[in-house]
Amino acid sequence: MSVLIFLDQSEGHIKKNSFEAASYGAKVAELLNTTAEGIVFGKVNDDLAALGAYGLKKIHTITNEAVNELDSQVFANVLAQAVGTFAAKVIVFANNVDGKSIAPRLSVKLKAGLVSGAVALPDVSNGFVVKKNVFSGKAFANVAINTEIKIISLNPNSYKINKTEDTAEVAELNIQIPEAKVKVTAVNKVAGEIPLSEAEIVVSGGRGLKGPENWNLITDLAKALGAATACSRPVADADWRPHHEHVGQTGLAIAPNLYFAIGISGAIQHLAGVNRSKVIVVINKDPEAPFFKAADYGIVGDIFEVVPKITEAVKKLKGV
Amino acid sequence: MKILVCISKTPDTTAKITFTDNNTKFAEAGVQFIINPYDEWYALVRAIQIKEADAATQIHLINVGGADSEPIIRKALALGGDEAIRVNAISQDSFYIASQIAEVAKQNNYDLIFTGKETIDYNGSSIGGMLAELLELPYVSLATKFDVNGTTATINREIDGGEEVNEVQLPLVVSCQKGVAEQRIPNMKGIMGARTKPLKVVEPVAVDALTSVVSFELPPPKAGVKLIPADNPEELVRLLHEEAKVF
Ligand SMILES: Cc1cc2nc3c(=O)[nH]c(=O)nc-3n(C[C@H](O)[C@H](O)[C@H](O)COP(=O)(O)OP(=O)(O)OC[C@H]3O[C@@H](n4cnc5c(N)ncnc54)[C@H](O)[C@@H]3O)c2cc1C
Ligand SMILES: Nc1ncnc2c1ncn2[C@@H]1O[C@H](COP(=O)(O)O)[C@@H](O)[C@H]1O
Repeated sequence: MSVLIFLDQSEGHIKKNSFEAASYGAKVAELLNTTAEGIVFGKVNDDLAALGAYGLKKIHTITNEAVNELDSQVFANVLAQAVGTFAAKVIVFANNVDGKSIAPRLSVKLKAGLVSGAVALPDVSNGFVVKKNVFSGKAFANVAINTEIKIISLNPNSYKINKTEDTAEVAELNIQIPEAKVKVTAVNKVAGEIPLSEAEIVVSGGRGLKGPENWNLITDLAKALGAATACSRPVADADWRPHHEHVGQTGLAIAPNLYFAIGISGAIQHLAGVNRSKVIVVINKDPEAPFFKAADYGIVGDIFEVVPKITEAVKKLKGV
Repeated sequence: MKILVCISKTPDTTAKITFTDNNTKFAEAGVQFIINPYDEWYALVRAIQIKEADAATQIHLINVGGADSEPIIRKALALGGDEAIRVNAISQDSFYIASQIAEVAKQNNYDLIFTGKETIDYNGSSIGGMLAELLELPYVSLATKFDVNGTTATINREIDGGEEVNEVQLPLVVSCQKGVAEQRIPNMKGIMGARTKPLKVVEPVAVDALTSVVSFELPPPKAGVKLIPADNPEELVRLLHEEAKVF
C-alpha cells in the first residue's frame, strides 16, 4: 500500500502545483501510516532525487518519448498499471489542466472515487472525507470517498509546500504504453511570463483602466511585485488583453496569496474566480464598488494617481 | 454527423448560496436556475454552428435530472438542437451522472460529445473525462477552439500559460470553455419551435455512486476592508509587507 502522486511536468520541469501535490500526498501517507511515491511521465531535466524534499520516498519515471505529450487515455492507462504494481490506495493529482484531464479517466478505470478541487487534507477519523471547493469558491463541500482506492486532485495554492533535506530514490518503470490517439501539432506559450494558474501574486485590471494603452499601470506594478497579470471579462472581450488573462466565473479561477484588483467593480461573476485569494487589495474611485466588501485592504481613489505611487513604493521597498 | 451535448442545470451566477437540512442540502427556495454557462454558451452554440455549416448534422441534448430540469432543457432546445433526452434521476455523484450519459451514448453512436468545462455549482470538471473512459474514447479537456474537417477534429486546449493544438480522429469527447463559441440569445422562432421538439424521458440504469457529499459549509466571513487614504499608498505597501506578509 502506498500513496502515489502524479508529478506534472511542462517542458522538462516539474510544475509548482506538483510540489504542493507532493507535500500534500506525503502528509496523507503519514495519516495512513504508509509511504508516498511520485510518478513522472516523459523526459525531465530536473534533479528528481531532490523531490525527496517534499516527503516522497521514491520517484518512478517513465522516460519514454511516447508520454512527453498528454493523451489522457494513454496516461490513465499507464497510471492504472502503476497503481496496480504498487498497490497504491490513494492517488493525488494537482487540479490543473492535466490533472483535470487524467484524474476522471483514472477514476473510472479503477472504480476509485474522485474528489477534484480539494482544499484540505482528508479527515480519516470516520471514513475518508475530503473538503473541496464548490459553487465557484462561494462554499465548500465535505465529500466522502466510498471506494477502496481514492483519488484526490488538489486545488493549486491551497496546500503549503513543506521542504526537508531528504532525497528520494529514482527508478525507471517498465510499462506497456498504448498508442496515442491525440496528436499535439503545435504549442503556443507566452514566453517568459508567470502562468496565471501558478502565480502567488496577481495584478488585475478592469474597465476602469479605460483602454489597452494604459496597461503599463498594471504591468509595471506586476513587474515590481514579480506577479502575473489578469483582467476582468469585458477587458478580454474588448481585446484589450489576451483571453487567457480573463478571471472569474467564465474565465480562470485562481487563488493567489495576493490579488490586486485595479479599476474592477467586483461583480459577483468576477469574484467567483478570485474569492479564494488569501489577501485581496482593491483600488477603485467609487467607495460603493462591491469589491470593497470582499477586500482585505483598499484605497478609494483614482487609479491613474494611486497605482504609479504603489509601484514606486514597492520598488523602493525591494531596493530596485 | 451526430453530436451529443451534455446540459446541466445550475443556480444562476448571482444566486445566494445557503444550505438547509443541517447543511446537507443547497437551499433552492427563491433561486433561479439556468443552463450551466459553459454548456450553453460554448458547447451547445458550437454544436449549433456545426449544424449550420452542415444541415445533415443532428444534435441531441442530454440532461441527467428530475422533471424540474425541463425548463432549462426547453431553453436549450430553443437555442438549437433537434431533440433532448432526460435521464430521470437525481444526480448523486459525477461517476453516477457520467454512467447514465454513457448508457445513452452507447445506443446512439455519436461522432462528437460536448460537455462544458465544469459545472458552476459542483466544479467537478470531471464528467467529460469519465464519460470518455466509459466509452473508451479520446478526450480533449478545456477546449478554447474546436474545428472539424471530415473525421478529423482540430482543437486548441488550454495548458498552463498558453494553448496547444490537438489533432484527433472522431469519435471523441471534448469539454468546452470560452473561445469555442460566442453566447447567443434564443429567438422567437426558436422558442416556438422548441415546444414541439421531442423531449424523451428515460429511466436511469442501476449504478453505485463512488462518492457522497457529507455536508456543506460557507467560508468564514471576511473581517472587513482596511481602508488606506489615497494620498498614502506607501502605507498600503508597508501593510502588505509587514502585516499581511504577502511579499
Ligand atoms: C453569466 C455571467 C458570467 C460572467 N463571467 C465573468 C467573469 O468570468 N469575469 C468577469 O470579470 N466578469 C464576468 N461577468 C461580467 C460581470 O458581471 C461584470 O460585468 C464585469 O466583471 C465588470 O468588469 P469591470 O469591473 O472591469 O468593469 P466595470 O463594472 O465597468 O467596473 C469598472 C470599475 O472601475 C472603476 N473606475 C473607473 N475609473 C476609475 C479610475 N480612474 N480610478 C479608479 N477606479 C475607476 C469604477 O468605479 C468601476 O467600479 C459575467 C457576467 C455574467 C452575466
Ligand atoms: N446532470 C447532468 N446532466 C447532463 N450533463 C451534465 C450533468 N452534470 C454535468 N454535466 C456535464 O458535465 C460537465 C462537467 O460537469 P462537472 O464534472 O460536474 O463539473 C458540465 O459542464 C455538463 O456539460
